[in-house]
Amino acid sequence: MAPRTLFEKVWSAHEVSAETADTPAVLYIDLHLIHEVTSPQAFQVLRERGLPVRRTDRTLGTMDHSTPTLTSQVFGGAPIAVDSAARQVAALERNCTEFGVELLALRHAQRGIVHVIGPELGLSQPGKTIVCGDSHTSTHGALGALAFGIGTTEVGHVLATQCLLQRKPRTLAINVEGALGRGVTAKDLILGIIGQIGVAGGTGQVIEYRGSTIRGLAMEGRLTVCNMSIEAGARAGMIAPDETTYRYLQGRPRAPRGADWEAALERWRALPSDPGAHFDREVHVNATRIEPMITYGTNPGMVIPISAAIPQRPGDAAFARALDYMGFTAGEPIKDRKVNVVFVGSCTNARLSDLRAAAGVLRGKRIARGITMLVVPGSQDVKRQAETEGLDRIFTEAGAQWRESGCSMCLGMNGDLVPRGEYSVSTSNRNFEGRQGAGARTLLASPLTAAACALTGRVTDPREVL
Amino acid sequence: MEALTTLTSRTLIMPAANIDTDQIIPARFLTTTTRAGLGSRLFADWRYAADGSPRPEFILNRPEAAGARILVAGRNFGCGSSREHAPWALLDYGIRAVVSTELADIFCTNALKNGLLPVIVDEATSAWLLAHPGVEVTLDVAAMTLALPDRRTVRFPLEPFARHCLLQGIDELGFLLEQRPAIEAFERRA
Repeated sequence: MAPRTLFEKVWSAHEVSAETADTPAVLYIDLHLIHEVTSPQAFQVLRERGLPVRRTDRTLGTMDHSTPTLTSQVFGGAPIAVDSAARQVAALERNCTEFGVELLALRHAQRGIVHVIGPELGLSQPGKTIVCGDSHTSTHGALGALAFGIGTTEVGHVLATQCLLQRKPRTLAINVEGALGRGVTAKDLILGIIGQIGVAGGTGQVIEYRGSTIRGLAMEGRLTVCNMSIEAGARAGMIAPDETTYRYLQGRPRAPRGADWEAALERWRALPSDPGAHFDREVHVNATRIEPMITYGTNPGMVIPISAAIPQRPGDAAFARALDYMGFTAGEPIKDRKVNVVFVGSCTNARLSDLRAAAGVLRGKRIARGITMLVVPGSQDVKRQAETEGLDRIFTEAGAQWRESGCSMCLGMNGDLVPRGEYSVSTSNRNFEGRQGAGARTLLASPLTAAACALTGRVTDPREVL
Repeated sequence: MEALTTLTSRTLIMPAANIDTDQIIPARFLTTTTRAGLGSRLFADWRYAADGSPRPEFILNRPEAAGARILVAGRNFGCGSSREHAPWALLDYGIRAVVSTELADIFCTNALKNGLLPVIVDEATSAWLLAHPGVEVTLDVAAMTLALPDRRTVRFPLEPFARHCLLQGIDELGFLLEQRPAIEAFERRA
């Protein structure tokens, strides 16, 4: 057999029927994750057509996008302050009960951001096809799964048939070589990659991240890299499973055990791309050149090393408009610009290692006067582990707010908002206009950089405080 | 899904590249549990000032926008979130086709599932359309053509099965449900 890529192996193992000139492939889905925002209309379609959920055992619900992060509203009996969020939470509870779908509801000990809990529970595994009505489903590809975001109509298709109609995407290899410098994290790496290939650089393609730098990343860093594949426009991002993957998965609550684990390992070890496998396109990235990165504009491709000046693009009206929105001037350094809000959270950077990194910067110190800092763990499990290590105390003693898990200020659906005109250094994934609240100005960065900015109240190179 | 065979309309122009789904429909309006009624929120933060009043300079608030059913946008329209509320909002407003040199993958899939026609054209055609706001063009789904006012016709790609569904006004769920024997056989093999 001709050498095959990781993607091709996973894809072909899930073809119920291959694509033809007239029809797309019917692709089987191993794991379907659902949440409260993109599922109500899909359940409604099932109801209208009298259809059951075909495989409740392959479906798991959680709530994250619009849920409150204030403990009083999650556990304290206070009503959810945002009415629409309360309605969506109630609708998901009703739908999961009616259709027999397991739900990690608001007060469940394992609830969290959907892309944090999948890997954390050991449900996201190498070789699986995983979908969710959320574009950051690409995250789970870090474990060697084919994972991608879908719309609500497709959520309905998977609920009803456990399958999707799909045309086969093209493949893009991103080969990353070289050691990451001091203060440079997986977040900086993926921001650097997006800066290099552009926000549409991955359209129609599934990325496989390869090379020594990727091999050297811990699992949580790999999750951060794959998470932002969609910010390059890619359908999915994948990393071949290896010992790092297996060590991460072994013993997790829903990972295989005993003889099943051994059998799974044997299957998983056959998944990495064969030597000589062909990719439709290859890109090379020199990791040694990547610095702590920060965005200055209104899409994630508008990114620079933190020590650099904001670029100049005379005659580019869209660029000028973006800088106008941000209140920045072309050619000026971004360093030392004033910051109002710091957000450590989201499916990109709210895992334990992210919180440790931010806490490491803040330990024994106070954040700058006037700064609002939210630290929102990616899951209730991350929250408990962080509290066991005393990270919550470091954050609260520094003057930051320590919250219950959820998407929170990444998209501001739950009322955690950046005020109009204010600057937010955020560990999340999108700096679109209004993403964190109408008129909010977002600068995307790593947890290290975000914590450094909180200390000084200004855009700060984390290497200066490490 | 409402069938779409041909569509003749004036164009509405939004030349910016990378118009993301957070602009098309901001997250704070993803709070519905139905599909209807999002048209009034379409491009809300560009369309309305902080006090809720319409911004007169924004294209949707100008008289020439009234009745236009074809949106011509800069490249990579619909990037970002997978929210199907983006095509729902466009359709609810009255847009039935989006023309660009490139559309984001998930947006494109979501559009087709709802009868919103994605039309990918070459740079020259896109540039011409962006430079001639409000011209009347005709889209022919069966022929996969865009007819310009000067009688030039350009072809656009359309996935054959999606085209079939659009022309017939059927959704894909029926087809998928018919695959049940094959799906059951796959599950027995797996």
